[in-house]
Amino acid sequence: MTAELLSPPDTSEGSSDGRFTDGLFLRVMAAAALTVIAVLVATAVFLLIRAWPALSHYGPLSFFHARWAPSEAVATSSTPNPYGILQFIYGTVVTSLVAMVIAVPVAIAVALYITNLSPAVLRRPLSSLVDLLAAIPSVVYGFWGVFALIPALGPIGRGLTSVSGIPVIGWLFQGPFFGYSVFAAGVVLAIMVLPIVTAICREVFDTAPAAEKEAALAVGATKWEMLRIAVLPRSRSGIIGAAILGLGRAFGETIAVTMLIGNNVLTIPHGIMRAGATMPSVIANEFTEANQPFHLDSLFVVAFGLLLLSLLVNMTGKRIVGRVSEHIA
Amino acid sequence: MSTTIDEEPLKELPELDTFPGERRRQITNVLMHAVLLLVMIATVGVLVWLLVYVAGQGLKYLGPEFLTQTPPGNPSQPGGGFLNGIIGSLITTGIATLLSMPIGIAAAIYLVEYGGQLARVTRFLTDILVGVPTIVTGALVYAMWVVFFGFSGIAGGIALGLVMLPLVIRSTEEMLRLVPRELREASFALGASKAGTILSIVLPTASSGIITGIMLAFARAMGETAPLLLTALGNDLFIELNPTKRMSTLSLQIFSNAITGYKAAQARAWAGALTLVAIVLIFTLAARWIASRTSVGRARLTEPRA
Repeated sequence: MTAELLSPPDTSEGSSDGRFTDGLFLRVMAAAALTVIAVLVATAVFLLIRAWPALSHYGPLSFFHARWAPSEAVATSSTPNPYGILQFIYGTVVTSLVAMVIAVPVAIAVALYITNLSPAVLRRPLSSLVDLLAAIPSVVYGFWGVFALIPALGPIGRGLTSVSGIPVIGWLFQGPFFGYSVFAAGVVLAIMVLPIVTAICREVFDTAPAAEKEAALAVGATKWEMLRIAVLPRSRSGIIGAAILGLGRAFGETIAVTMLIGNNVLTIPHGIMRAGATMPSVIANEFTEANQPFHLDSLFVVAFGLLLLSLLVNMTGKRIVGRVSEHIA
Repeated sequence: MSTTIDEEPLKELPELDTFPGERRRQITNVLMHAVLLLVMIATVGVLVWLLVYVAGQGLKYLGPEFLTQTPPGNPSQPGGGFLNGIIGSLITTGIATLLSMPIGIAAAIYLVEYGGQLARVTRFLTDILVGVPTIVTGALVYAMWVVFFGFSGIAGGIALGLVMLPLVIRSTEEMLRLVPRELREASFALGASKAGTILSIVLPTASSGIITGIMLAFARAMGETAPLLLTALGNDLFIELNPTKRMSTLSLQIFSNAITGYKAAQARAWAGALTLVAIVLIFTLAARWIASRTSVGRARLTEPRA
């Protein structure tokens, strides 16, 4: 990874002028690199500063309940805390999990098809088409989701809500299903994270050694068996890393989810077919209209929590994917 | 790929049924082929569905009036357009590019050409920064800038610049790595300083790849809505050229018109969505085209990276 760094030979005779320029240049470049660190530190510090009034007024632990009712906030009283954020954490995690349950198998299938089965001429065009899904803006996904996807999901949603007898699944899919739901948001998120998960999976599958694939075929394996023997097993941790990075992306997605999830901020929804809210969606909805006592500060509490959550997930995913690519190298 | 993979060795054996379970294995094989193919087709199908739907809805209203007018004061009225949003998008994304491009390229130079502990930390944090939700970036700019100077196009530009920064760093870094070390060695051998080598040999060699990366980041920033809600705020009434005032963008106008219940506003929003998708796709495809024409870095840049 760290290639040998090249430097010109140190010719001390003559141009001390050139070396002064070099030193200055290095310092400017290093300052630019430091900005990245500064931005991350500033994000954490400034969000915490803005969240602090609410945190100290109500106490950090009092935010862990599931009712967000800014209109009930009273400046002079600190109990009960009207700003519960548990339902947002739930909404964020569950929409993203729904997305991953759909996106990861699809991404594996697409990546397997592109890397191992498709005719060689189609490989690049197919990859590009999947990548184009990542170029579509979030607000367009949301708009399309409301008018095209939700009507199309209607029959599926109503079908799922009709399975009511079975214990866990019945709870998960309990109705009524009106379209705007955790489920609809999850489906759009699945489409949005598909390109990134597919891209990582493709890279991982590409590293399966040709010799092993040919060996599997040579001993009589069918092509599918070859994929199962020579490609998939060694890709497991890469796929997990891809899924976690996709999850991190899904956690932060804002506008499309805001338009589709139904924005129910008062409870944790029962199951996934009902309306909910996520951490980004409540910030997007209420930020510029926050006029109750500690309202804006509490939104910063949500933003700070979202930052922590996404840092945690992304670092984990990066660790796993990083380790995989070091194995490969 | 070697040709041996395409052969099905078992076909040459005399009777398939002499091996127990052979038929089942072949059926599984065909079935899984079919499943993978279907999923591939469905994925491309979703992209086509989305593009066709947006085009179909958008073309109903997209026209000269839409591109040259501002929205009517009352959103329920038909007519008008998103000219102010288009101008606002160009201003905010332009500010973002001016901020993120020099810093991003310089940081990438540091990562590739100098290395060391700071570079390792920065590289890791750049990857983390890509994953920071853009609405959190918006909240940061609100806390650092808007609180003091108010909602403005500049604030929106800073937020978008922070969104672009890690993307620019990462793509530039990849391009610089692809510059052959022999070029640097040759430059040093001729007596050039390190700074001189980077500025006059390495950067020009990688320039088309770097431009590709910046164009992709630009397209990405153009489509962002969430951070702008907290920084540029939007302004649906008139054309604002002063970046210190609150400003509308195409994405903000699509959002605010889409969530009204008015048919006329939604018609404008669809035309806006088509315009935005067209701009973003043109930039993305142009970037790919530039990347595909240059020797440095054909495939590396244009795919979404973790």
